Amino acid sequence: MLKVSFFVTVFSGLVAMPALAGGSGCSDTSLLATAARTLVASNAASEIKVPAGFVAGIAADGLGNARHIAAATDGILFVKLERLKNGKGIFRLEDANKDGVYENITGFGNYGGTGIAIKNGYLYASSNEAVYRYRLNEKSEVLNPEAPDLVVTGLLDKRQHESKSIALDNAGNLYVNIGAPSNACQLVDRTKGSPGQDPCPILETAGGIWRFKADGKSQSYADGTRYATGLRNVVGLDWNNEVNELFVMQHGRDQLSQLYPEMFDAQQNAETPAEEMFMVKEGADCGWPFCYYDLQQKKKLLGPEYGGDGKKVERCAGKEQPIMAFPAHMAPNALLFYTGNQFPAKYRNGAFIAFHGSWNRAPLKQEGYYVVFVPFQNGKPTGNWEVFADGFAGVEEVKSPRDAKHRPCGLAQGADGSLYVTDDVKGTVYRITYKG
Amino acid sequence: MKRTNIFLLAGCMILAGTIFSSFEDAPTQQKKPARKASTQKAVSAEVMKRGKKVYESYCLACHQADGTGVPNMNPPLAKTDWVTGNKKRLINVVLKGLDEEIEIQGEYFSNPMPAHAHLKDQEIADVLSFVRNSFGNKAGQVSLAEVKAERNRMK
Repeated sequence: MLKVSFFVTVFSGLVAMPALAGGSGCSDTSLLATAARTLVASNAASEIKVPAGFVAGIAADGLGNARHIAAATDGILFVKLERLKNGKGIFRLEDANKDGVYENITGFGNYGGTGIAIKNGYLYASSNEAVYRYRLNEKSEVLNPEAPDLVVTGLLDKRQHESKSIALDNAGNLYVNIGAPSNACQLVDRTKGSPGQDPCPILETAGGIWRFKADGKSQSYADGTRYATGLRNVVGLDWNNEVNELFVMQHGRDQLSQLYPEMFDAQQNAETPAEEMFMVKEGADCGWPFCYYDLQQKKKLLGPEYGGDGKKVERCAGKEQPIMAFPAHMAPNALLFYTGNQFPAKYRNGAFIAFHGSWNRAPLKQEGYYVVFVPFQNGKPTGNWEVFADGFAGVEEVKSPRDAKHRPCGLAQGADGSLYVTDDVKGTVYRITYKG
Repeated sequence: MKRTNIFLLAGCMILAGTIFSSFEDAPTQQKKPARKASTQKAVSAEVMKRGKKVYESYCLACHQADGTGVPNMNPPLAKTDWVTGNKKRLINVVLKGLDEEIEIQGEYFSNPMPAHAHLKDQEIADVLSFVRNSFGNKAGQVSLAEVKAERNRMK
């Protein structure tokens, strides 16, 4: 098993290939050496398609299941890994000679997870049940890599929708997504004929965004506030500093046609329900598990587990409505409001969204696997969404998610206004810059 | 230069794969030659056709048309001992579902599999024979009697 994983590692880091040129090839020691070297960054041009004037390069490669990414004001990057790589859960990336290639990579943290963010001199990172923070010095070096503060603990992790994505506001608060370990709160999850639970007990400890003190110690449910509810699973979220509000991307429910074949066919299942973007204020109820958003009818509809028939609205009229809706199942895994000056004016204050790519459109071809842009002004979209960066999958058509060579998962705005995109298949970090 | 190295590595991989698989297979064949032969009987086209139909209705959405599943979410059915190995364990996954952390080729999966006890015994036998002989898998047929035995054990 170990040997196989090293082979995979070698393939993920093409930059390390020259290291093998003079070697005998198959011996364990050369492979071990090569595996270690894959953490050295790559400057190969990427195959990512971006609008005219932009350039997409590879800042680093072979980092493992790279989930979210955070950029410090001095250009240092931190990447959170879903599973440990070489025993580390967080990588610190430094580009000392400022050529866009992050050649100094060090690791710390002994837990997997998704969330990572920087605020007021602290690096915050999440496991699937806790949030930790690390003190950074003026060079963005981690002062307590082995002894972080435990800020939040004891959050629900039942494997499904386990990512604890995080965002911070400017008033000392930390927002944590707690995804519902369920598709639509059926009595027996994802089982045909099992009724929806009403009320849904999951909403007491999951299916929403919880707010905690950013400088608190060992906080759990009793110390926090359920800030927003009715959110099945949010992986991408960001604090919008222009309007000082939290914005989130919900992963909509799965399996309408598998659970209700008499009501929905494969085509309808592939296109419904929409992935929704919300601006959430305290107390917002976005409707899960009772409601889903139909992109074609542009309406929030009652779910079939709760008496819905693909037309009924009922209680869903009173739920929070999305500020924008996207095609079904594309899995928005990161949201970033762009505040830099490097990109042209139209991008300022707009939203970038990394779509990880679908699986629940099968048997139809999959969708997503790209980064989109939505123009914004004063916290409201001012135009439709457009694909900004595409080609991560590396194939013409993704029939099955495993066809995709890379899947966009995290976004960060660098100190110089560059946009960084992480990939959690091979751990590639892309850097997108504007050259004009 | 890079191309050459890729081929060199691919060669290593195939070689390593061959060595490992021959290590795995050899003892089994020596210990249980009779059993091995009986389970390798070819599955009929009729069973494969019926099994494919069940697969498309109940399994494909999560495990995908090519049986590779969804990385980190829904396990693959291609080239895993969970499918090609112990038939009793496999039948029970279909009857009872699976909601625990399992590892396949270094990956872990977050979505639960619901129980499919509502399927008829014949449908379960057909679909399991199909997945054991699709997506590059080559393993013995699952019989109606084997499914019945496991279902009876649940009562």
